[in-house]
Amino acid sequence: MSISTTARALDLLQRAANSDLYHSFRSSKMVMVAAFVSFIMIVGAAFSPILAPHNTLDLASISLIDSLAPPVWMEDGDSRFLLGTDDQGRDMLSAIMHGARVSLFVGFASVIFAMVLGVSLGLISGYAGGFLDAFIMRAAEIQLSFPAILIALLIDGIFRGALDPKTHDELAVYVMILAIGLSFWVQYARTVRSSTLVEKSKEYVEAARVTGLPPFLIVFRHILPNVTGPLLVIATINLALAIITEATLSFLGVGVPPTEPSLGTLIRVGNDFLFSGEWWITIFPGIALAVLVLAVNLLGDWLRDALNPKLR
Amino acid sequence: MGLRHSLIAVASVAALCVATGAQAKTFKWAFQGDAQSLDPHTLNETFTLGFLSNVYEGLVRRGPDLQILPSLAESWELLDPNHWRFTLRKGVKFHNGNDFNADDVIFTFDRVRMDGSDIKTKVAADTKVVKVDDYTVDIITSKPNPIVYYEWDNVLIMDKEWSEENNATAPTDVTKDANNYAAFNANGTGPFKIVERETDVRTVFKPNADWWDEAKHNVTEGIFTPISSDATRVAALLSGEIDMMYPVPVQDIKRIESNGGTATMTGPELRTIFLGMDQSRDELLYSNIKGKNPFKDKRVREAFYKAIDVDTIRKKIMRNLSTPSAIMVSPFLFSKSAKYERIGYDPESAKALLADAGYPDGFELSMDCPNNRYVNDEAICQAVVAMLAKVGVKVDLLAQPKALYFKKVLDFDTSFYMLGWTPGSFDSWNVMYNLLACRDEKATRAKFNLGGYCNPGVDKLTDEVLVETDPATRDSKIEAAYDMVAEDVGYIPLHQQGLAWAKKDSVDLVQRADNQFMLHFVNVK
Amino acid sequence: MIGFIFKRFFQSFIVMFLVALLAFTMFNFLGDPVNQMVGIDTTAADREALRERLGLNDPLMVQFGRFVSNAFQFEFGQSYQHKRAVSGLILDRLPATLELSFIAAIFTLVVGVPMGVYTGLHRDSLLSKIFMTISLVGVSLPTFLIGILLIFVFSVQLQWLPSFGRGEVVDFGFWSTGLLTASGWKAVIMPAVTLGLFQMTLIMRLVRSEMLEVLRSDYIKFARARGLANRSINFGHALKNTLVPVITIAGLQLGSLIAFAIITETVFQWPGMGLMFLQAIQVVDIPIMAAYLMLIAFFFVMINMIVDLLYYVVDPRLRVDSSN
Repeated sequence: MSISTTARALDLLQRAANSDLYHSFRSSKMVMVAAFVSFIMIVGAAFSPILAPHNTLDLASISLIDSLAPPVWMEDGDSRFLLGTDDQGRDMLSAIMHGARVSLFVGFASVIFAMVLGVSLGLISGYAGGFLDAFIMRAAEIQLSFPAILIALLIDGIFRGALDPKTHDELAVYVMILAIGLSFWVQYARTVRSSTLVEKSKEYVEAARVTGLPPFLIVFRHILPNVTGPLLVIATINLALAIITEATLSFLGVGVPPTEPSLGTLIRVGNDFLFSGEWWITIFPGIALAVLVLAVNLLGDWLRDALNPKLR
Repeated sequence: MGLRHSLIAVASVAALCVATGAQAKTFKWAFQGDAQSLDPHTLNETFTLGFLSNVYEGLVRRGPDLQILPSLAESWELLDPNHWRFTLRKGVKFHNGNDFNADDVIFTFDRVRMDGSDIKTKVAADTKVVKVDDYTVDIITSKPNPIVYYEWDNVLIMDKEWSEENNATAPTDVTKDANNYAAFNANGTGPFKIVERETDVRTVFKPNADWWDEAKHNVTEGIFTPISSDATRVAALLSGEIDMMYPVPVQDIKRIESNGGTATMTGPELRTIFLGMDQSRDELLYSNIKGKNPFKDKRVREAFYKAIDVDTIRKKIMRNLSTPSAIMVSPFLFSKSAKYERIGYDPESAKALLADAGYPDGFELSMDCPNNRYVNDEAICQAVVAMLAKVGVKVDLLAQPKALYFKKVLDFDTSFYMLGWTPGSFDSWNVMYNLLACRDEKATRAKFNLGGYCNPGVDKLTDEVLVETDPATRDSKIEAAYDMVAEDVGYIPLHQQGLAWAKKDSVDLVQRADNQFMLHFVNVK
Repeated sequence: MIGFIFKRFFQSFIVMFLVALLAFTMFNFLGDPVNQMVGIDTTAADREALRERLGLNDPLMVQFGRFVSNAFQFEFGQSYQHKRAVSGLILDRLPATLELSFIAAIFTLVVGVPMGVYTGLHRDSLLSKIFMTISLVGVSLPTFLIGILLIFVFSVQLQWLPSFGRGEVVDFGFWSTGLLTASGWKAVIMPAVTLGLFQMTLIMRLVRSEMLEVLRSDYIKFARARGLANRSINFGHALKNTLVPVITIAGLQLGSLIAFAIITETVFQWPGMGLMFLQAIQVVDIPIMAAYLMLIAFFFVMINMIVDLLYYVVDPRLRVDSSN
């Protein structure tokens, strides 16, 4: 039993190593660097409560006396604060790690939300056809004609009006996820729908239908696994877009509040200090954001090229 | 008619000669926001009133050191303790050419007391304004008031005929007719006219050639631009697009100083920044303590006071551009202020006091804070929140733009807040009446005592100070009131924020401690 | 053809109807308009009288009808914050936003298309790699960060370009333009580049991938086999065939430019609609939000319709399809 499992795992590994995907991965140094950077940042962010040198979210632990310390390598640097501190005395490195955590959380959650919504609607649309299909696709078309940022802004605006400011601050992260997720579902729906249309007429679906399986099971158990291929690419690119969107909204002051800062919020707060010499308060979060998005984008680009046989 | 026409023609030719003889001097300046309206009675806000004081004038005005000087009133005298006589300046014309006279004064004093006016408090409701002749006006107050005209530099006089012609006899009020003509057009007697205005974008001023006073400025055109982003405003000055801007973000002072050709002007402002606590309700609106109000216990208020390290706030957030404050008024405005000292920063003692009061593990509450009103307001609040966290009080900060913030707190919908106050009359009675006296049911007095602090002794003194004419007795009564407030820890005064303006070296101007910028003090080299 | 146009019109109408419904809902259910208009000390009776006068007690259908008919007349009520008619506010700000978007669109095409063609033709050259890197950065760096960096370099350090505003504008009736003065042109450069960079990247990548695909196609191979000159193949055949999707995307992006102007206008304090909309969101000034929403929706619907019609004219295959 265990031997066969090991053998199968080895076999899988072997196959993965020989696959085109892996090959093209190894052949591009840029992609490897990007993957490495993404990995480091994701781990650093995800485990920031353990890894970060300071807990910047615990107000009792930060001290105004430590504020505005420059990075360690500059004159007046403080060895406790590798990348310096902000105007309240928060360690920038820790703030960035916590901020990246919020950014990535919003990014991943909104992509997953968009994917679940989009895939479900796409499957329904493709399989059911008729009025439902027309309705969903029209809605998709309409939404696609508006830029995501506008839709996200609008949804945020609606929540801002509907909730009192305090509740809105508390729920801001989830409002962001909802807003960004709702503005990105269309691509998934359209992709899944078109593959569903292809799969629907294949024999295995016919067979399943003949055996009397309910449509729900046919769609989710049989069609779904066969239409997920391109989703990974869309999701990766969307992740980058979602992170940018969140950062932009937070920069504009309508996103995540400073009590739970994301990278965008950090940049907004730091922007006031850009001209006054305390550049590290805005530049480091800016670099972190740029690097994160760049890395994710590179991975997305590479995935798309690697999975698109036409370009090889 | 014909004569008047030719007079105007002569005047404009003269103006033309001046303009071409001397070089055209354009002066561009920026502030973080725009004037809310051109109607001088719509909003009691330092910036809007200062902005409009370039166009409109009051019966009195204030000079570079805030001394009261005659303006549209040439002189005034006290006939008996309740009866003032104001002699108006003759030969003054509004920008549209109308004459200024007693009717305009009476019209204006009525207008500022109508519903929808925001400066009602500057003229008491029961004050009578009586026309003696075209250039003499009597003011009769119900109680003796030695400082009746102290805030009248900001009661800006409008033209009666112009207001009637344009249906603007009532102050601009949103509920009724939002398109009040006076909100978008200005017709004053002041040194400048507004020739072009796009709300929130730019306003262009031209000098009034017919101004009654001798112009000491040499500006031929003034262009005002609101720039809300701090960084952009600094960049605009550094790149030379504007000649002057304020407020300067304190973190940028060094940079502007080190840049060739630009300089900052700093000085103490008269505004006191303080924290207020809801002491009137039986249960706080925003706290986890139910059934009682911790702020009713003096020990809790004192613990809050001791937990806040105002010196570090001065050094780190205000970059030394603030003066920690022990009373609710600027030391410049009260002669005996030197004797007051802040309770020292002592977190250990604060913890002990909280434990004593029955909160050994602290408690939770919310704090309201503006984020675009005072110098570094949000940063100060964040620092306060962190400092309170160290003594176990968990504060949930709600920092909002001033429009939303004021809507909330002026409705007394708050448990703990930050506010700033400049007494409009530059006198302690204003502070006592607005902040320290007991708030009555309808909040006609102590309207800005948002936490409902109430000490009957202070309340009584407030009324006495108003009618007291002997300066020494008056001061000792004010002192007694401030003593009581300090003893009660009714408020937590933080500091007087510093004024910070920045300008090009090539312009001369006057910085007044009330933070009002006057275009007629400007000289462009 | 007629059927197609009719269908598009009908669709656009539905979209506008839905957006109007959304705007109306926002207008009526978010933040009681009465509360926004009166002071704290207004009595309940006065409030009720105001409700009656504003027609807030009418049946919802009647109110919606009135909202739509007002919207048709470009009437959205008073801004809570500015205390002025929203339509007037928007008309004041519209020229600034349209001008900025227009200049950005031109920048996008004039720079993006040649870069795309070049990288498509010379896939592995050094310059192509540089272009591709720039494009990646263009996609990755958020707009606001690019704006801040440009201000830092060109306004503060080099002091070449102004960091805010439109410079000197000239008024023509309701339209004010900054394109007739030197200071206006200087002021528009950085905002337009910031706004256009992302779209330029998109256009460049689109042109590149379309070129790559077309160059691989049989008819290009055939043309090469026939011995046609490279130049004529690349530009006469290949580029021409990439233009259809480029037109579509460029058209659609014009709408995006207007929408993305919100960010650029905030960074550069450009006095357009976007800046006003953002400030309105922050203080929940619903009339402005509703009006902006309706207006942007209208722009998008019009742009989409025009693009669709253009598409129809340019691509003969579509005509065959629809006649079947």
